[in-house]
Amino acid sequence: MKILVGVKRVVDYNVRIQVKADGTGVATDGVKMSMNPFDEIAIEEALRLKEAGKAEEVIAVTIGPKAAQEQLRTALAMGADRAIHVETDEEIQPLTGARIFKALADKEAPKLIILGKQAIDDDNSQSAQMLAALSGWPQATFASEIEVEGDVATVTREIDAGLETLSVDLPAVISADLRLNEPRYVKLPDIMKAKRKPIETETIEGLGIEQAAAVKVLKTSAPAARQAGIKVESVDELVAALKEKGLIK
Amino acid sequence: MSKVLIIAEHDGSNLNGSTARAVTCAQGIGAEAVEVAVFAADGNSVAEQAAALTGVTKVLLIENPANAQAVAAILAPQIEAIAKDYSHVLAPSTTFGKDLTPRIAADLGVPQISDIMRVESATVFDRPIYAGNAVTTVEAPAGIIVGTVRTASFSVAANGGSAAIEKREVNAELPTHTRFVKLETSGGGDRPDLQAASKVVSGGRGVGSEENFKVIYGLADKLGAGVGASRAAVDAGFIPNDHQVGQTGKIIAPELYMAFGISGAIQHLAGIKDAGTIVAVNKDPDAPIFEVADFGLVGDLFEVIPELEKALG
Repeated sequence: MKILVGVKRVVDYNVRIQVKADGTGVATDGVKMSMNPFDEIAIEEALRLKEAGKAEEVIAVTIGPKAAQEQLRTALAMGADRAIHVETDEEIQPLTGARIFKALADKEAPKLIILGKQAIDDDNSQSAQMLAALSGWPQATFASEIEVEGDVATVTREIDAGLETLSVDLPAVISADLRLNEPRYVKLPDIMKAKRKPIETETIEGLGIEQAAAVKVLKTSAPAARQAGIKVESVDELVAALKEKGLIK
Repeated sequence: MSKVLIIAEHDGSNLNGSTARAVTCAQGIGAEAVEVAVFAADGNSVAEQAAALTGVTKVLLIENPANAQAVAAILAPQIEAIAKDYSHVLAPSTTFGKDLTPRIAADLGVPQISDIMRVESATVFDRPIYAGNAVTTVEAPAGIIVGTVRTASFSVAANGGSAAIEKREVNAELPTHTRFVKLETSGGGDRPDLQAASKVVSGGRGVGSEENFKVIYGLADKLGAGVGASRAAVDAGFIPNDHQVGQTGKIIAPELYMAFGISGAIQHLAGIKDAGTIVAVNKDPDAPIFEVADFGLVGDLFEVIPELEKALG
């Protein structure tokens, strides 16, 4: 079977982002960009399924500007077989993104689509669920364990109450949570090899996608900052301070 | 006029407190009706709890054996069958709501507003991005507005209401492609739920081991507090995943948050920004957690906690 995996180019998770003074967004010029960490986990899981003989081909997909090819090259260096770049300079919101993935799924007929559970830039956590809905497929979000046996996947999900297990028929959409796996490090020879792997370029128009009505961003602002606190020198001082606030008796 | 439908989160017998926070959010929309839908196999008790929330105008009870567990693919078509009567469909931004509402939005052909933290008008909302390091003000397009409510941003709607409970039959074809197998809870015992607790004691990598986490549990029990953890502590296997606080874990707003051996990565801080008072104890005087702590104490948690317990009597 084929596995389709989503890859998003985002501001690196170590960067302390700055809100632009004019309220138009977050500064990204000259900022380090990386693959969304949850997408790295998604790629890793697809590769492990392939290595376990459960899948034949892993296809990495991104929607984004020309520079997003860097993240596809990373996915190829990790071991993905080929990549599809849906090139656009527009910011694509989840519902349109899900429509694009649905169109690609109709062409490629994967048995499994794995996406990160959220992108760490907009923190929406919507794409996998929307794609599953549009396809009429099962969804298993926030996965921490995936077992594939024939046409069924058994997925353990990290939910607020603990660990939930779902059994879903394939094809299905799964979203990857933090503890699904630890992504491999990319070695130099793999980076060289990845340069020869194919990246196919598509456009939103070429796929015949009608963009969904979008949420309009009116402004972006810095969050209210917490008042800087004080350092106390001893436990007694801490206890006195908490008592004064009525937080402990 | 607006009419809001809130999807209740519950475990079959108890209404989750996050639902009551979503009700408070809905009050800000200025709706003529705020209705709560309870999907359950046997949901009388949950429906009664929802009906008692101030501000709720009606409770819809949709009973079906298929609703014994909250499976998004099974709930979504039932919600879509009734959504047309409403201007807004909301659920708490817990793993329950996050899993469910995008599926509804996509089927209805509308975008979703995730993690509503402030209601400016019936169509304009604030929501956090970049782990809460920026806030965007967004306007929903025409059509039904589907959203999740960031529970830490809203207080719990008080009891005292007495809304009518209406049993509903919903005609929707339910898929069989998704089957619930089991739920393993970590068995927190009698400790308060992390997301509802007024006090939370939390441990990080500095705690060192699963065995050592006993000191965190011990202090939590003394304070009647819930127990939280950083991602590092969960990844290291010190404590189960459902205790994780942060951007990708639970976002909480207790009156008192005490962090022991937590350095304070921005992803963790995203989960505690709305806490009333933050106390941090860490050996490293330069740990970023001290930048947000109201009271910071540089020291070894294994010395500080016994002293604290003694002082608490």
